[in-house]
Amino acid sequence: MKNTRHALKILSGAVLALALAAPAVTPAAAEDSIYVPLFTYRTGPFGGSGTPIADGMHDYLTMLNERDGGIGGVKLIVDECETGYDTKRGVECYDSVKSKNPVMVNPWSTGITLSLIPKASVDKIPILSMAYGLSASAKGEVFPWIFNPPATYWDGLSQILKYVGDGSLDNLKGKTIGYLYFDAGFGKEPIPLFQDLSKDLGFTLKLYPVAPADMQNQSAKWLDVRRDKPDFLVMYGWGAMNATAVKEAVKAGFPMDKFISIWWPSEADLVSAGDGAKGFKTLNWHATGTAFPALQDIQKRVVDAGKSLAPASEVGQVLYNHGVYNSMLIAEGIANAQKLTGKKVVTGEDVRRGLETIDLDAARFKALGLEGFAAPFKLTCADHNSHSGTFIQQWDGAKWVKITDPIAPAMDKVQPLLDEAAKSYVEKNTGWPARTESCDSKS
Amino acid sequence: MFYREAGQFKTSYAADMAIFPIRQDRIGLGLILIGAFVVIPLAGNQFLLNSIMIPFLVFSLAAIGLNILTGYTGLLSLGSAAFMGVGAYACYKLSTFFPQVNILVWIVASGFVSSAVGVFFGLPSLRIKGFYLAVATLAAQFFLQWCFARVPWLYNDNTSGAIEVSTHTLFGLPVTGPNATPATRYLVVLTIVAAMAWLASNIVHGRIGRMWMAVRDMDIAAQLMGIRLLRAKLLAFAVSSFYVGVAGALMVFLWLGAAEPEAFNINLSFLLLFMVIIGGLGSIVGAFLGAALIHILPILLRALPALVGLNLGSATIEQLTFMVTGALIIFFLIVEPLGLARLWRIGKQKLRVWPFPY
Repeated sequence: MKNTRHALKILSGAVLALALAAPAVTPAAAEDSIYVPLFTYRTGPFGGSGTPIADGMHDYLTMLNERDGGIGGVKLIVDECETGYDTKRGVECYDSVKSKNPVMVNPWSTGITLSLIPKASVDKIPILSMAYGLSASAKGEVFPWIFNPPATYWDGLSQILKYVGDGSLDNLKGKTIGYLYFDAGFGKEPIPLFQDLSKDLGFTLKLYPVAPADMQNQSAKWLDVRRDKPDFLVMYGWGAMNATAVKEAVKAGFPMDKFISIWWPSEADLVSAGDGAKGFKTLNWHATGTAFPALQDIQKRVVDAGKSLAPASEVGQVLYNHGVYNSMLIAEGIANAQKLTGKKVVTGEDVRRGLETIDLDAARFKALGLEGFAAPFKLTCADHNSHSGTFIQQWDGAKWVKITDPIAPAMDKVQPLLDEAAKSYVEKNTGWPARTESCDSKS
Repeated sequence: MFYREAGQFKTSYAADMAIFPIRQDRIGLGLILIGAFVVIPLAGNQFLLNSIMIPFLVFSLAAIGLNILTGYTGLLSLGSAAFMGVGAYACYKLSTFFPQVNILVWIVASGFVSSAVGVFFGLPSLRIKGFYLAVATLAAQFFLQWCFARVPWLYNDNTSGAIEVSTHTLFGLPVTGPNATPATRYLVVLTIVAAMAWLASNIVHGRIGRMWMAVRDMDIAAQLMGIRLLRAKLLAFAVSSFYVGVAGALMVFLWLGAAEPEAFNINLSFLLLFMVIIGGLGSIVGAFLGAALIHILPILLRALPALVGLNLGSATIEQLTFMVTGALIIFFLIVEPLGLARLWRIGKQKLRVWPFPY
């Protein structure tokens, strides 16, 4: 009898262990399907930005399942994992999906991306961080498993500055440019480039950091903006920070057409600021709206059929379409991998090759039902980004209006920084593996 | 019945003062240790090791540290996340300056750095108490987090502003970085946590622990009895920050692999405080129980709908988890305001006298 208690203890321990091991086993991918985990955040202070992206990603892949029966006849298992934009939760999501043979992960947070980058080559799971993450990972020879098309944050900054200088960086001399940024990895990354350019080109740079805890309390920063009166204000914000910044700008009477953001503000951020937000500009690299066959398929087969969490009005919004674009890249990577290997059910290693041979020309976009959705681009083994041009779009009070042609990034300024950053990453992470992955020229 | 103590005689003072005076407890502890050191690494899958056990142990260690300060000495602190950050950043700086030195040496050394910073921010505790001290430690939280974001030297001028962990080896096996297997990392964390928990248990049961508890219960009385408040309180800050700092270094080096300043925000401080309060103030076991409730319970709750075949959206599960965890915390605090450790103690007492309660 004395040992009954311990027996009970062990028994309950075993039950617990079983309960813990079970979630990793139950929804394991079937033999004839491809497992695509989506790391999303629909809750927390970043949920406002995260929800439309999650819907866009989810709905495009669901549409492929409904319309084509998946990719190449293989069903996709779309599995969302809520990260709350928290690095710890993101790593937890990664560990929970790792055993199910995911073909790639999309972290949707620079912090989570940084934690996962070293694991990618070990676990053979490619990372697609679309237009975010570590800019240096554009260099495919150093980061064979990481992809960040179609433009980096450094590209984005040079594009904004080119626009501010009417097409040339040299016109910036003597101007004062403010930089309002999310004070974490993502917002801080452009600062070295910004500072170099300010020295080389002779403009004054004013920094306005917004701490993550103060996203919705920016009045102090806007007092500084009022005092400094910058000629232009550049913003790298996310989540609740964007909406608050636009509201504060309206309150401060800052000229909206001089307020230019990187590609993340949403319609909701601007609507909440009212009419005063008219004239606000952001970068973008794809169209908004639903005038594309693929998006109409999503509306018909997914949203109207009640298979989406998205309200009908959200389809076609800028962040929703970011999500669609992201999923289009996922699908393209998988389709290319199938072509390269001849297999139907592909693995992470195959999809890495597939992503590396992405070649989206106008004809391919048309075949995908997205004719004119975005500019054509191509990835190579050396270039995992493509450094595509992005255009400026302006808010007219109800929708985004494209007001420029795509602006090419100032690669002469960006490339040295990329090389330097990749070199320093390798130096700081002793034992960083040299690229051994072979290179496919075409899928 | 379950705890039949008949025949267990104490024949020496040492036996009488033992931390685990009952033989069944000692056997139970041995079984737990065997389970933790042998069964879990052999039987557990990667998810269990990486996302449940390692974080649980890291949080337990941090909770022990905070418990020393808040539970044993009665000094309320809201800066524990920042001290975790000090440990992590110190370990990062030391290991990048001297990469040849064994990483375990730096993990322990970073505890001392955190200790020094803790003592500095503990100085106001001599004059202020209770909520006012909480506000003073809150200042440490904000100031240190500001440093992590604003002092480029601390993160070696990385453009990403984050610290990244490279591969370090121990006896030829990688223990940090992507090539370290979860089992290796788990065993390293477990060894450190077990050793430090043992140490903490000895400290709090000895002269120093009694001194702290005297200060907690009434500091003027303690002073009149000859306890020097300056030393006692600063020692509590030093030891507590040491534990919390080592936990921070373990968190970044053996769990996450990279960290931004945001990883050490005020939410983490609150989380640690909740662990200590729910687990039981002034109890080492309580720190483990609290960490289990706050960290493991939500993971189980999130896995539950899929297990029973319910297909809920990830966001719905998230909201439900928040609500259920919150409700359970309130429930436990109502049932036993002194924490889970107290519940465990009551349960044990009941078992000892069962089936003839008196």
